Amino acid sequence: MENQSLRLKLRVWRQASSQAKGAFEMYELAAVPVHASFLEMMDLLNEQLIREGKEPVAFDHDCREGICGMCSLYINGRAHGPQRGTTTCQLHMRHFQDGETITVEPFRAAAFPVLKDLAVNRSAFDRIQQAGGYVTVNTGNAPDGNAVPIPKTDADEAFMSAACIGCGACVAACKNASAMLFVSAKVSQYALLPQGQPEHRERVLSMVEAMDMEGFGHCTNTGACEAECPKGISVENIARLNRSYLAAQLSGGGTSAVATSD
Amino acid sequence: MKLDSKIPSGPLAERWKHYRSTVPLVSPANKRKLEVIVVGTGLAGASAAASLAELGYKVKTFCFQDSPRRAHSIAAQGGINAAKNYQNDGDSVYRLFYDTIKGGDYRAREANVHRLAEVSASIIDQCVAQGVPFARDYGGMLDNRSFGGTQVSRTFYARGQTGQQLLLGAYSALNRQISKKQVQSFTRHEMVELVMVDGKARGIIAKNLVTGELERHSAHAVVLASGGYGNVFYLSTNAMGSNVTAAWKAHRLGALFGNPCFTQIHPTCLPQAGEYQSKLTLMSESLRNDGRVWVPSRVEDAQAIREGRLKASDLGEDRRDYFLERKYPAYGNLVPRDVASRAAKELCDAGHGVAPTGLAVFLDFEDAIRRLGRSTISARYGNLFEMYEKITGDNPYETPMKIYPAVHYTMGGLWVDYELMTTIPGLYAIGEANFSDHGANRLGASALMQGLADGYFVLPYTIGAYLSSEIRHAVPSVDHPSFVEAEQRALDFQNRLLAIQGKRSAESFHRALGKIMWEYCGMARSAEGLRHALGLLESLHQEFWSDVLVPGSLNSYNPELDKAHRVADFIELGRLMVWDALTREESCGGHFRVEHQTPEGEALRDDEEFAFVSAWEYHGPDKDPVMHREALNFEEVHLTQRSYK
Ligand SMILES: Cc1cc2nc3c(=O)[nH]c(=O)nc-3n(C[C@H](O)[C@H](O)[C@H](O)COP(=O)(O)OP(=O)(O)OC[C@H]3O[C@@H](n4cnc5c(N)ncnc54)[C@H](O)[C@@H]3O)c2cc1C
Ligand code: SF4
Ligand code: FES
Repeated sequence: MENQSLRLKLRVWRQASSQAKGAFEMYELAAVPVHASFLEMMDLLNEQLIREGKEPVAFDHDCREGICGMCSLYINGRAHGPQRGTTTCQLHMRHFQDGETITVEPFRAAAFPVLKDLAVNRSAFDRIQQAGGYVTVNTGNAPDGNAVPIPKTDADEAFMSAACIGCGACVAACKNASAMLFVSAKVSQYALLPQGQPEHRERVLSMVEAMDMEGFGHCTNTGACEAECPKGISVENIARLNRSYLAAQLSGGGTSAVATSD
Repeated sequence: MKLDSKIPSGPLAERWKHYRSTVPLVSPANKRKLEVIVVGTGLAGASAAASLAELGYKVKTFCFQDSPRRAHSIAAQGGINAAKNYQNDGDSVYRLFYDTIKGGDYRAREANVHRLAEVSASIIDQCVAQGVPFARDYGGMLDNRSFGGTQVSRTFYARGQTGQQLLLGAYSALNRQISKKQVQSFTRHEMVELVMVDGKARGIIAKNLVTGELERHSAHAVVLASGGYGNVFYLSTNAMGSNVTAAWKAHRLGALFGNPCFTQIHPTCLPQAGEYQSKLTLMSESLRNDGRVWVPSRVEDAQAIREGRLKASDLGEDRRDYFLERKYPAYGNLVPRDVASRAAKELCDAGHGVAPTGLAVFLDFEDAIRRLGRSTISARYGNLFEMYEKITGDNPYETPMKIYPAVHYTMGGLWVDYELMTTIPGLYAIGEANFSDHGANRLGASALMQGLADGYFVLPYTIGAYLSSEIRHAVPSVDHPSFVEAEQRALDFQNRLLAIQGKRSAESFHRALGKIMWEYCGMARSAEGLRHALGLLESLHQEFWSDVLVPGSLNSYNPELDKAHRVADFIELGRLMVWDALTREESCGGHFRVEHQTPEGEALRDDEEFAFVSAWEYHGPDKDPVMHREALNFEEVHLTQRSYK
């Protein structure tokens, strides 16, 4: 299989700008090495387009090792493609068949408008974090790192939630385009640590409020987010957020209906 | 030009304390009127921006990614050093200072490194307070590991994702200031020019990468936290977008560039599989704790493996060469990065490489699995093995990994004084973008420490020394002629690129540049090769400016134009690196000149002649750069030759 290559047809979403109307276009690639990554395959496509005097396809990427959360392709109907627990940049062409037609779309959600072709605007995620995804502590104000022991299991669990890369696949995978998995992961990280306690209530309320304002849909517990999340973020985070949210509301304030079921 | 490093006088251990208590202060009322631009939101930029905003300065941040959280720092794996001595194993500020100076092969400034070691402990406290979920032991205390061959356990970590967790901590602090309107964040923006008014840095021209528009931003001071330039080699472990453009524009306007040829090559990366490859992936250094590095002893066997006629398991012990264990019995597979990298290259050059390209050595876990059991190995390295399999399709529990050295980090960068100011007044450089603390070689887990030290604990003090005297000046209007002129420069540069309409993509030039740099200015350098490289780079420069094909237009989302812009700057930088490597007639740290080695093939330093920082001045793309020297005076440590035999 060392030197094998694939002939592929690509059905790629092209859209000039956020205002423009988009459409699929077909391209053919004659020889894609099986060991290339999906984004390297896109590089080959772009080299070909440039040589043909056409405009290359815009797509987001940076680290190409599954950690920055920048890559965001919807491949054959799945966020980040067919392989579980894998970002687009870590997906390799050996998982595709010779002669296959691959459909490539942007992550679609009202709150993630397309900027161009396959690149979308996910700044809504930043604004949700700005609403409360932090601990209020100025530089220089911190007690010794070991002043408060944190049980290993809590630290490990907080880490699991903190491992979210903010890619937005959970939103793209959800039929309601809900951002609950992302928001709950961030809230959970702090909820599981002593440092997060003093501001816990306000954080939950304001982050949920910000999420609603950005136009993300409601969570109906389909679990599609967890299935497509490249970092294995668990829906237990959503349950934790729902509990926190109800408790915060009971202790006064907050109006959003986070948890609905149908 | 006289270089003033502004190192305070007095006993080494007292300097920073004394500096902090005597540096001029800015009153809170005045801080509100002072504006600072921070280019970059990695560990250095995000921590600096948040801390400056907390102090009351008005801050603007810029990054080219779609969110500050995606800066390249996010990819750091192994950990961050700090002299906490939680393990009671004899660590101290002095020891961390000493290890860093020695690890850097005595080419860093003592005073800076000592300060770094001093503030290291506060970094950990700060991150814990922000909610960074560091690894903990069963008693709930912070866990440490030893890293990169040090004799103490001083590395703090969060699984294999330390950079991610630290950056999310800094990003959260930044977010708090954004929500308070103390910081204005510009994402998908690239700095394309520096603006100087009356000899001082007063702003930048930033390009909105979505619309293509050029924007003018003014401030009292500009901080570059734009990261390293490893991508000059095309293939590196850096993120795709990492670039030198911000630093290079400053260099063109007079900021000296320090030790440009000092680059670090990491021994355990995945080898290149084909021409299409866009980047190299780092496999954590920790793998060398249990993996054994080898190549076939016989060239014929190596060739058979490359051609798929033999497998690693077909070769018995007598046909394997565990070359690190053979050459360095005392340290074996754990020799420092530069030593391990060079040894692998030598054997591959001699025909012993094992990948189809001939450029890979085996990293074998068979012994470790036999000795410790598969489950122990899986607990230690499970995620790395998984990542390896994802990328290569091979299962490392069954066949040895193939690894090869790759460019990883650049110790060189903009020259800065003790206050982290460049040679342009009001222009600062922090994090990997400056040259300051790692000398000729960086120790593992020390880049994260330096980035956060600069941003949280050093710059917020030192910038006050400058800003306290700038209160008299209002921020210049963006209609000032200097802004108009800088914007025109940026516009002309891009129009020139678009107008060429040649035949080759920017990417193809970048690849060609990378090949030249890797071949002649990589792991082993010679005067002859470097001179040859100067010629090649000159031709490449000319070809680029006559044959690059940039599609699309100016005022649009045009990643190809942005790439071409970065490649143009990388080509000029490549030339400077070669000049630096050529003039440094010694071997030290990551800089290995084949003419300067011991009979056993080890690096030979020349402290008489070369105990200095080379700081280069720009005179134009086709003029020779001019070198200035900052002598390094060692008052505390004695210079010794490293030995790992
Ligand atoms: C794979 C890998 C693993 C590593 N592991 C470790 C480790 O375990 N421990 C350790 O100590 N170090 C490690 N390092 C090194 C360390 O990660 C980096 O040196 C460090 O994170 C650099 O941080 P920084 O803030 O200086 O720059 P970066 O994080 O690179 O940030 C640069 C910022 O500048 C912005 N920028 C750049 N140019 C422009 C421009 N022209 N205009 C606008 N914005 C711009 C970018 O958008 C970004 O926000 C690792 C490096 C790699 C590649
Ligand atoms: S929860 Fe998972 S899918 Fe959603 S943003 Fe985080 S990492 Fe991506
Ligand atoms: S490019 Fe960074 S996660 Fe894919």
